[in-house]
Amino acid sequence: MACVESMNYEILLRNASFRECRDYVRSHCAEYVDVSPGYRLFDMHMIGVPPISIGLDGDTIVFPFTKPCYGTYLLKIEDRSEAEKVRALKKRK
Amino acid sequence: MTTNPKGDEGKTAALVLGCPQVPVQTGIALYLSYSLKKEGIEPVIAGNRAARALIDISDPSRHYVEKFLDLDLYIELLAEKKQDFDYHFVFIHNDAGVSYAATIQALSPAPVIVLVYGEHFREVSDMIEFPCEKIAAKAVHNPMPLRRKLDEVLPWLVSSQ
Repeated sequence: MACVESMNYEILLRNASFRECRDYVRSHCAEYVDVSPGYRLFDMHMIGVPPISIGLDGDTIVFPFTKPCYGTYLLKIEDRSEAEKVRALKKRK
Repeated sequence: MTTNPKGDEGKTAALVLGCPQVPVQTGIALYLSYSLKKEGIEPVIAGNRAARALIDISDPSRHYVEKFLDLDLYIELLAEKKQDFDYHFVFIHNDAGVSYAATIQALSPAPVIVLVYGEHFREVSDMIEFPCEKIAAKAVHNPMPLRRKLDEVLPWLVSSQ
């Protein structure tokens, strides 16, 4: 799996707080799934204050991406298989 | 699960560094490493390249720190239950630091102790709602307020856990 930073992503929010990211996902995405910190999405374990909301809109995934020096970005990436993997979590709940 | 990096029975502590943009971080991390070693606990520095490099060049003879871990690898080891530590000390001065501390608290059963500092330490500290021990002080350039608080609570923290 490719590194997130090398993928074709769109930045929806930059230098955001974890709350802003969660609120954005819940109010702007067609559907969302809550995951725990450490959930593996693409090639990374997710960082955040639980619950971490991942947004879904067709094959598009919206998720927070945190780095110590750059804060949290809310990224949007189109990836059918990863979207299906996240959507399957919702069905299991 | 508690497995220290050496594979022996000694206790270990991860010192999880944030962005090194606040000057006190490196000094306090070295002082905490020294204090932990005095208590017989081996410190392991987890941070990004710049944060690790600042510690690395400040302690060339490895008096205080011998082990380093990339921050992403540290999270991966915890998430995949490959390695854990007896304590996690998380350095926080911004929202990202709170996110890392919450993640570590969710991934590890070991005690999480957060050191909150910087210009906005009160606001940042108020964002922390998960269970942890907090050491907070307005320390930006002068590490002494944070050092004093650390000296007050560290012996109690490591003896009570």
